Amino acid sequence: MDGHTTIELQKPRRHPYYRRRVATAVILTIAVFIVSIYSIVTGSVKLSLPQVWEGLMREGSSSVRTIVWDLRLPRIIVGMIVGMCLAVSGTIMQGVMKNPLADPGIIGVSSGAALMAVIITILLPKYIVVLPIAAFVGGFATAMLVYALSWQGGGSAPGRIILVGVAINAVVGATMSAIMLLYSDRVQAVLPWMAGVIGGATMEQAKMLLIYGIPALVLSLFAIKPVRLLQLGDDVAKLLGHRVERSRFFLIIISALLTGIAVSVSGLIGFIGLVIPHVVRMIVGQDERFVLPLSALAGGAFLVLADTFARSWFDPVELPVGLLLSFLGGPFFLYILYKRGGLGAFRS
Amino acid sequence: MLSVRDVSIRHSELFALRHVELEIHEGEIVSIIGPNGSGKSTLLKTMARLLSPLEGAIILEGRLLDLWGQKELAQTLAMLPQTPHHGLDMTVRELVEFGRNPHKRWLQTLDHEDERVIDWALDVTNLKEMENRFLPSLSGGERQRAWIAMAIAQRPKILLLDEPTTHLDIVHQLEVMELVHQLNKEWGVTVVMVLHDVNQAAQYSDRLIAMKQGTIVYDGPPQQVMCRQMFEEVFGVDVRIVYDDNQPFFFPRAKTFAVVRSVQRYTPTTG
Ligand SMILES: Nc1ncnc2c1ncn2[C@@H]1O[C@H](COP(=O)(O)OP(=O)(O)O)[C@@H](O)[C@H]1O
Ligand SMILES: [Mg+2]
Repeated sequence: MDGHTTIELQKPRRHPYYRRRVATAVILTIAVFIVSIYSIVTGSVKLSLPQVWEGLMREGSSSVRTIVWDLRLPRIIVGMIVGMCLAVSGTIMQGVMKNPLADPGIIGVSSGAALMAVIITILLPKYIVVLPIAAFVGGFATAMLVYALSWQGGGSAPGRIILVGVAINAVVGATMSAIMLLYSDRVQAVLPWMAGVIGGATMEQAKMLLIYGIPALVLSLFAIKPVRLLQLGDDVAKLLGHRVERSRFFLIIISALLTGIAVSVSGLIGFIGLVIPHVVRMIVGQDERFVLPLSALAGGAFLVLADTFARSWFDPVELPVGLLLSFLGGPFFLYILYKRGGLGAFRS
Repeated sequence: MLSVRDVSIRHSELFALRHVELEIHEGEIVSIIGPNGSGKSTLLKTMARLLSPLEGAIILEGRLLDLWGQKELAQTLAMLPQTPHHGLDMTVRELVEFGRNPHKRWLQTLDHEDERVIDWALDVTNLKEMENRFLPSLSGGERQRAWIAMAIAQRPKILLLDEPTTHLDIVHQLEVMELVHQLNKEWGVTVVMVLHDVNQAAQYSDRLIAMKQGTIVYDGPPQQVMCRQMFEEVFGVDVRIVYDDNQPFFFPRAKTFAVVRSVQRYTPTTG
């Protein structure tokens, strides 16, 4: 400007967040492995790494092998996938609703699943084996009901979906409370589910999650582009040639699917879907190409870590991980909010 | 190129577009003027198929608007809505990249040609220097230019702009108007825009459309439309029209001048 033309300002061609995005991706990938290893060696029986290796590899029936294969590994797999599903589902919901407070619960998935869980555990305990499927169906059906009821004049505006969700959640929640009150003697059985547990995870459950969860997570990668376009606003997305209503429907389906899968196995684990995407967004900025996969990594690692704490800190008592998460996560989130002094990516 | 034939739209008991007829020719700059709530945005949205008419038809390049595919339409027609989302946490370049969406199939990524168009759009709008700045950190005028850059990255033949200069200071207003002029003259883009500044509209347009209560009441070259009668009828104000080099300008009459005089009296005398 003032004649010093020899000093050429280096114009960054890269995105300003490029480095921190790469760094976050590397750190989270490492975290997933470290947390898994930490989780497999920690517990009432401490294991060394060679012991773990032996337990994993050697055939036969040693106690170490039982601990590794039947107790700890299933929990890690279940925790990892449930955490990933919840975090991704939250990312998508917040994008669709354009609201930082939207979590998968807002479209009724959690309450619908919980109602089914209550009905099965309390009223039809004979059918307890189908609980995961019933919870999934209940959650998914409730989400579709919310979407259908918010349809008006050729579309379903996010604001309307949220309001309809509040109403449906209230009705479902009341039904659930009524059942629990009427059969208060049997409530005990459903309480852990409501608090969110992955304690009893078996290898069967882990396998099931691998079969349903992984494809759903892969499918969620296709949500990235629609979520980004919807952020520009419905009108602009349409003007860019995007089919807004169709992709909103797809996004709600995939989000309900992910939450349904998670909830059916682990019960109600709150917090991850709401907070993990939020924190990730604060770090890497508002771009779902990064927020979505990185939230998956963070959600998985975080849930496994919390579950490890939940079963080792209070040994021999085991805390439901959902409880611990909310207990630790609440203050942690407050700390971040105060430190950042704002709502991050959603400041307007 | 775009014709609106006997279009009616009803928003509510209180407001409807009634039997609107409008013909936009290729290569024109057309400005729509009229008081708030007269239906300018509604008309523009209808032309972009964001609203569908109750009656009547819109024909784009000889084909009914309803028959255009979504992406196909976005390759031909771009629009800057009145209030695009301004809190988006993305860089200028990222926003402009979205303009290539209509030209991409599902899952297709940006190629060299797209990058070239994006660079061109940033260049024309004078944003090359700040392509990596975040939108919230820009001034109102820069942000408006970024949205226009996104729209022109679609490489549309026709561009609809809804109040592109509102909330901008005079320098930025002129910048946007010059940009529109350049897009039209150099790149042959047909422009239809809603403007509040009637003088500016007259200066930069080939044709003015005046709207009142959901109907078009005047349609013609600025010299014709800008008359005392129009201001009286459409805006309900009394004006004086002066010509500068065949360019009409209007001044509001009456009380305003008394105020100006009293301000002058308080001008401090220096020296
Ligand atoms: N979606 C809508 N539903 C109901 N009324 C609307 C809607 N959009 C606009 N209106 C009403 O239609 C009238 C014209 O609006 P608009 O076309 O935005 O006017 P302008 O752009 O000329 O200020 C206003 O009275 C407005 O309140
Ligand atoms: Mg308007």
